[in-house]
Amino acid sequence: MIRFESVTKRYDADGPVAVDNLSLVAPSGQITVFVGPSGCGKTTSLRMINRMIEPSSGTIWIDDVDTAKGSSSELRRGIGYVIQHAGLFPHRTILDNVATVPFLLGRDKREARKGAMELLERVGLDPAFATRYPAQLSGGQQQRVGVARALAADPPVMLMDEPFSAVDPIVREQLQNEFLRLQQDLGKTIVFVTHDIDEAIKLGDQVAVLRVGGRLAQMASPAELLARPADPFVAAFVGRDRGYRALGFTTAGTLDLDKGAAARLGTDLTAVRGSTADGWLLVVDDDDLPQGWINTLELTDEQLKGQITPDLLNLGGTLAHEGGSLREVLDAALSSPSGWGVVVDADGRLAGTITAEKVLTKIRQERSAAAAAGAGP
Amino acid sequence: MSQVWSYFQNHQSQIGQETWTTVWLAALPLLIGTLIALPVGWWASRTRWLYLPLITTAGILYTIPSIVLFVSMPGLIGTKILAPENVAIALTVYTFALMVRVSADAFGSVSGDAMSAAAAMGFTTRQRLFSVQLPIAVPVLGAGIRVAAVSNVSLVSVASTIGVAQLGSLFIEGNQNSDLHPIVLALILFVLLALVFDGLVLLGIRLLTPWQRAVTAR
Amino acid sequence: MTTRILADGTGLPSLSHVPTWLNDPTNWKGSNGIPTLVQQQLTYTAIAVVVALLIALPLGLAIGHTGRGSAAVGGVANAARAVPVLGLLLLLVVWLSPKIHTTSAIPGLVQRGGFPYFVPLIIVLILLAIPPILTNAYAGVQNVDPEVRDAARGMGMTGGEVVRKVELPCALPLIMSGVRSATLQVIATATIAAYVPLLGGLGSLIYSGDQSITDPRYGYPVMVSAGILVAALAVLVDLLLGGVQRLIVSPGLSGRRSRRTPTRGPVTALVGDATAGP
Repeated sequence: MIRFESVTKRYDADGPVAVDNLSLVAPSGQITVFVGPSGCGKTTSLRMINRMIEPSSGTIWIDDVDTAKGSSSELRRGIGYVIQHAGLFPHRTILDNVATVPFLLGRDKREARKGAMELLERVGLDPAFATRYPAQLSGGQQQRVGVARALAADPPVMLMDEPFSAVDPIVREQLQNEFLRLQQDLGKTIVFVTHDIDEAIKLGDQVAVLRVGGRLAQMASPAELLARPADPFVAAFVGRDRGYRALGFTTAGTLDLDKGAAARLGTDLTAVRGSTADGWLLVVDDDDLPQGWINTLELTDEQLKGQITPDLLNLGGTLAHEGGSLREVLDAALSSPSGWGVVVDADGRLAGTITAEKVLTKIRQERSAAAAAGAGP
Repeated sequence: MSQVWSYFQNHQSQIGQETWTTVWLAALPLLIGTLIALPVGWWASRTRWLYLPLITTAGILYTIPSIVLFVSMPGLIGTKILAPENVAIALTVYTFALMVRVSADAFGSVSGDAMSAAAAMGFTTRQRLFSVQLPIAVPVLGAGIRVAAVSNVSLVSVASTIGVAQLGSLFIEGNQNSDLHPIVLALILFVLLALVFDGLVLLGIRLLTPWQRAVTAR
Repeated sequence: MTTRILADGTGLPSLSHVPTWLNDPTNWKGSNGIPTLVQQQLTYTAIAVVVALLIALPLGLAIGHTGRGSAAVGGVANAARAVPVLGLLLLLVVWLSPKIHTTSAIPGLVQRGGFPYFVPLIIVLILLAIPPILTNAYAGVQNVDPEVRDAARGMGMTGGEVVRKVELPCALPLIMSGVRSATLQVIATATIAAYVPLLGGLGSLIYSGDQSITDPRYGYPVMVSAGILVAALAVLVDLLLGGVQRLIVSPGLSGRRSRRTPTRGPVTALVGDATAGP
């Protein structure tokens, strides 16, 4: 684990304080996120862990070893370091970039390269990239290489400074999901810096919210942060829709699903019209995978003479999974054109539908159950 | 040092003449070479097939030592061996070779965004050149002209080895008489001239780029 | 004030003798033959560039890495361009050569009695070669992406390792550009240096041709032939160094996209090549 003990950083004797008397613990095997507005000292704090910046006062301990003792280079060789634009060495191949720290540690070159190849696959890169150069890769690909490089010497600790900020939202989400998956396998102690509260909530096991001037405002789990922000600053920083977002942390459990029949693609419309009161009908394919909704009351007489075809379908509405969060289920219900949220099982097959009212009932039940048990939220 | 000064005083008119020769031998090629290089470089920046051959040729020309150019001139254009025109023309070629590359790169480097915006607003090619490219390219061009100016001044002296009369002749004089004073004097004068040329070009750039002044004045 | 006065001030010098002279095999043999002169010139050049590299490269890398002393670098380049090399050379010749008394010779390099002139020459050549290499090494290191340097430090490289393993290889394109620039300048100056007696190199042909300029076969045509040879030498050496550059610079640095000038933009053109000549 990483422990900050009254760590302060000021740049001039009378100047502004970048980090003010910071004390916190980043638990082993977990992702601790430092988040806050610009000037809150999150990056400075991170960089003090591997002595890229030296603290003005206070101590940082990694597994009860004072980081200030000994050589900074040696300290860093045992810590994975990932930065915003990866900082890959342009003059080395991707493979040699990944193998940098093993080379530095004097490991056998062939072994190091073999390990690097495995890491490339682990971070989701085509092995063909190994002999290419950074200039030939896209931003997202470079970031993956950056992560692989940080993992190469299998360090117990990893420091990540806004690693996913420089890529577009789609790539960012992919990288975040893969990163979570990786961490599940590896269980490293990670300190992650971001300015994006949603990223902090999504990735962090613990979130430390810092305020301008380098002071810790709150350190808590994401659910706790959303449910009980410590003060107006944290509340404002965490942002709106807190209640809704907090639902993301509760699994739906058993749902009271309506298992009414759904129509198959290709069925004659004359057979099914009138089967529902409001005209809305869920359409599935032959494998029971939901395809969309149709409303028989809105079709023309011409269309009603034919069959259910894809072009007639309304594709609105998200899908919720049976083991998913309450947020997912509620969103499915709210976004559905018919008012019925579609829930699927692990294989994507239709499990049933549910209305928003039923989800809210469920939430209320959960609340009373939790209150009775004496635990939040 | 006082001996250097007295040398100067004793040969004032001659040195004055030679200084004047040096000045026009450096300045004229600078002006002509640059004036020709600017449009050619601009043209090369927008014509794909022209860029590489032009830059390569310019590179080769610049690689050739100046003494070779000085010496070849009589054979190429029929001037006399001692004629200062050889130096002027050779240095024009040199200035052109240097500036055409700077010019092509300077015009080529004006960001695509600025050019597209200008085109979308209805600027003609000529207007884009004068209103957008030229002002932005001026600092880079200016830096190139400064280099060319200073280089030309010192290159003129090379011609003294083949007898062309200019300030560099003082070097030859000093060598022949084993006298340090004319050499030191000429070195000082050359450096002074280079500084003056550099300063004049710098002044010109400042005058042409008022927005830079505004930025640095903040 | 002495001015060289040549008897033949009129008429076109004949160029038709140039190919004749170049093709005459006697000119390719012996201690004054073309190969010997080329070898001398190249040796002067190699010594000067290597010594300059040994001085300027570590210096430039150190200044670029630490960021200290950068003001000096800018000044050096500009100052170097403003000083006429001929003047510097003759200054040192007049000042130093009377003080050098050895009459030893280095075969193929320095003739008997040539040492007093060789020393000033080498000093000037080395001084000339230092600025392009120094400024380019500095610029090369400065141009390394700060994120790359941060990553290198963050992974646990010591300062020396960062310079050796990251900054130097990344600065190589600019450094090579500086070496090429320096080499061209040295070749050009070595050519002029042959004006000084007992110094070898192709330039001696130019000046001996100048001595007998009235001779239609051994005067001007020799000067022009020598000029062609020097030009060819300069271009060939530059091409060779370009090849070396292609070999030792990592392919990851050369810019695989179709940017027009991968390693040279206006700034590097000025820093790298504008110091070429005279």
